[in-house]
Amino acid sequence: MRYVEEFRDPVAAKVVLAEIAHVVDQIGATAEKPVHIMEICGGHTHAIFRYGLDRLTPPGIEFIHGPGCPVCVLPMSRIDECVTLAEDPRVIFTTFGDAMRVPGSKKSLLQAKADGADIRMVYSPLDALEIARRNPDREVVFFGLGFETTTPSTALSIQQAAREGLTNFSVFCNHITVPPPIKVLLDDPHMILDGFVGPGHVSMVIGIHPYDFIAEAYDKPIVVAGFEPLDLLQSVLMVLKQIRDGRAEVENQYARVVPEHGNRVSLAAIEDVYEARPKFEWRGLGEIDASGLRIRDAYKAFDAEEKFGVGYGAGHRSVQEPDGCACGAVMTGRIKPPECPHYGVGCTPEMPLGALMVSSEGACAAYYQYGGARAAETVE
Amino acid sequence: MTMLKPVTRLRGDRVTLAHGGGGKAMRDLIEEVFTDVFQPANREDQARLTNAALAEPGAQLAFTTDSFVVDPVEFPGGDIGKIAVCGTVNDLAVGGARPLWLSAAFIIEEGCEIALLRRIVASMQAEADKAGVTIVTGDTKVVGKGSADKVFVTTSGVGVIPPGRDLRAERIRPGDVAIVNGVLGDHGAAILAARGDMALSTDIQSDCQSLNGLIEAVLGAAPDARAARDATRGGLASALNEMAEAAGVSIEIDEASLPLRAEVKGMCEILGLDPLYLANEGTLVLFVPAAQADAAIGAMRAHEAGRDTVAIGTAGQHEPGRVTMRTLFGGARLVDMLVGEQLPRIC
Amino acid sequence: MCLGIPGQIVEITDADRLMAMAEVSGVRREVNVACVATGPLDDLVGAWTLIHVGFAMSLIDEEEAAKTLEALRGLGEAQETLEAMADSASALEGTQ
Repeated sequence: MRYVEEFRDPVAAKVVLAEIAHVVDQIGATAEKPVHIMEICGGHTHAIFRYGLDRLTPPGIEFIHGPGCPVCVLPMSRIDECVTLAEDPRVIFTTFGDAMRVPGSKKSLLQAKADGADIRMVYSPLDALEIARRNPDREVVFFGLGFETTTPSTALSIQQAAREGLTNFSVFCNHITVPPPIKVLLDDPHMILDGFVGPGHVSMVIGIHPYDFIAEAYDKPIVVAGFEPLDLLQSVLMVLKQIRDGRAEVENQYARVVPEHGNRVSLAAIEDVYEARPKFEWRGLGEIDASGLRIRDAYKAFDAEEKFGVGYGAGHRSVQEPDGCACGAVMTGRIKPPECPHYGVGCTPEMPLGALMVSSEGACAAYYQYGGARAAETVE
Repeated sequence: MTMLKPVTRLRGDRVTLAHGGGGKAMRDLIEEVFTDVFQPANREDQARLTNAALAEPGAQLAFTTDSFVVDPVEFPGGDIGKIAVCGTVNDLAVGGARPLWLSAAFIIEEGCEIALLRRIVASMQAEADKAGVTIVTGDTKVVGKGSADKVFVTTSGVGVIPPGRDLRAERIRPGDVAIVNGVLGDHGAAILAARGDMALSTDIQSDCQSLNGLIEAVLGAAPDARAARDATRGGLASALNEMAEAAGVSIEIDEASLPLRAEVKGMCEILGLDPLYLANEGTLVLFVPAAQADAAIGAMRAHEAGRDTVAIGTAGQHEPGRVTMRTLFGGARLVDMLVGEQLPRIC
Repeated sequence: MCLGIPGQIVEITDADRLMAMAEVSGVRREVNVACVATGPLDDLVGAWTLIHVGFAMSLIDEEEAAKTLEALRGLGEAQETLEAMADSASALEGTQ
């Protein structure tokens, strides 16, 4: 087994789709009165569009694309801070490719690189560590972004740097956590969600129980899902069956990768290196309590915020998002991307205005890239 | 003749600004590294060219130019010199021209190894011989350290389009079959791996090859072939979008039919890239009327540059200018032009 | 979020730093195995892991994968049975 092709079998997909249609009928959902399922994770949003699952599932299901795209929810001010760090002549600024195109209030990292900043794209924080080892006379800053899936990698890298006694490596920590924004969405009086497809790779680290509150306190079903198309379809089917049967449970479709209680080593590394910030700002969602992480004092020497005096703790100011930008409304499911007045006009992947147009995982970019104007036409 | 000719007149292993100064050092570099290999018919500044094909009534002259910058300069499956010949030969060939002559201009960074230049020039000559073209004129300039990256090459090419031949994209009609001559994305993936930034290792080789022979072969078997384009920067997706737009047709491709090497797929999965947008350097898309599709595919498979030829889709008329893909799942999705550069991603 | 892909550990490259070579469809990359190193390191060779940003984050459970696929196949069989029942029902109607 290679764990990929087996979960992309179109014949099996037909069977699941037939069953999905059957359960949608049993629920009595229609295009006019659909069930609203939120896929929290941007990776799922991307997969839905990449495989055309939105067009294969019956019209009685409407996917609401959630906030699980770390670059999409990153406020402009954080990108501005990245640019400030990167333009410091002492600094080699290292980042995942994802962050390169996100617009700041003045420029993106891609533009800062063109202006002469030493910015290097890496695949792993381990590669940033290696750059630090090879450039002892430079300050290597790694842009730590992402949810719980990615947090252990920077925590383990910081621990490794501490073991080696590296003094020129630091992390600009912007790690965020999944459960708090879901709670915000569920508390929204306009909330229309009937169930959730949960982010499987986050649960691979934290397990499935951090979502218990969704089922217990809010009475909504959630199924932790894998990322292959069959995984997604099966998870949607599991959510639908819970809705049909009036159940609200946390189920695990992705048991081959997700242990019920997560990964012990990852959780210990996160706990050792990071602590929750009192609150953190999300693009489109505002400030959310305990939704972001910062580096503990014990690892202060590896904290770029401490070292360079930038960041959320140091005189943070919010930068006004563009006028009329409806990212927040899209993310909470109140409108579809094409209903935003800027969609495809003032806001395109070439010149993104709002956060959701930036990453290929953002709902708007996914709509635009894989559906374009046609997606716009199908939304009344 | 008792005097032994010195092995080399060049002093040192690296190019210096003196090699661009117009004096003896420059002459020695040009003669020993370039013209001794390319052996142009005369060593004047201009090439003087005659060819019987030019005199044929209805024949058209085709002329193209392209600059090549690639990092790293040498990579699995080729180097900047091979690409500089293939790229220009292919630009001529996909337009229906028979490539005849190339020029080659080199911008060399101070400090560039002379041995590297020799390897590049040798690989250009080898590829030119293979493609049946002659490098007839050229130029070198040396720029200061940091003003270029080792060496940049510009080639221009002249060819002749035989009377009655037309492979412009606008000729594609609904119902035509889209064919590619081999696996997609090898060049882009090979370069990504060779660059080393992502610390990935693989055996993928660039697909870099000249396509003029293949095009002659397919035109013999499918004389009504409509249009061809090489899927270089921006990959197959960009080539298809340009063709759909030029012809005012829609194009639907079938994901299941796309030829992809397992390693290229693997690299795309790791870095979150879409192979449809990876660069190729020896891959073309050809549109032929459905009635001649089998003949075209057969002729291409019989040619060494087309062993893995397959049909990947068809032209339609419902949404002019749009390219869509039937996914492995029977879903459909838009295949848009690439926005900017594909960047590796983690999410 | 969080692109993760299955890769097979083929070799331990640096036991002190918990580094190993992982292979994904013929592409190799050195990864950190701290999160999956629950026993002797050499036992990891041959194991399939879920790789994210250069870290093997989770061991892939073959049995659970098989169960998931089994459940999908079960759906297919159930549908065939239903269809067969529907077919025989309509055949019966035809004879009446």
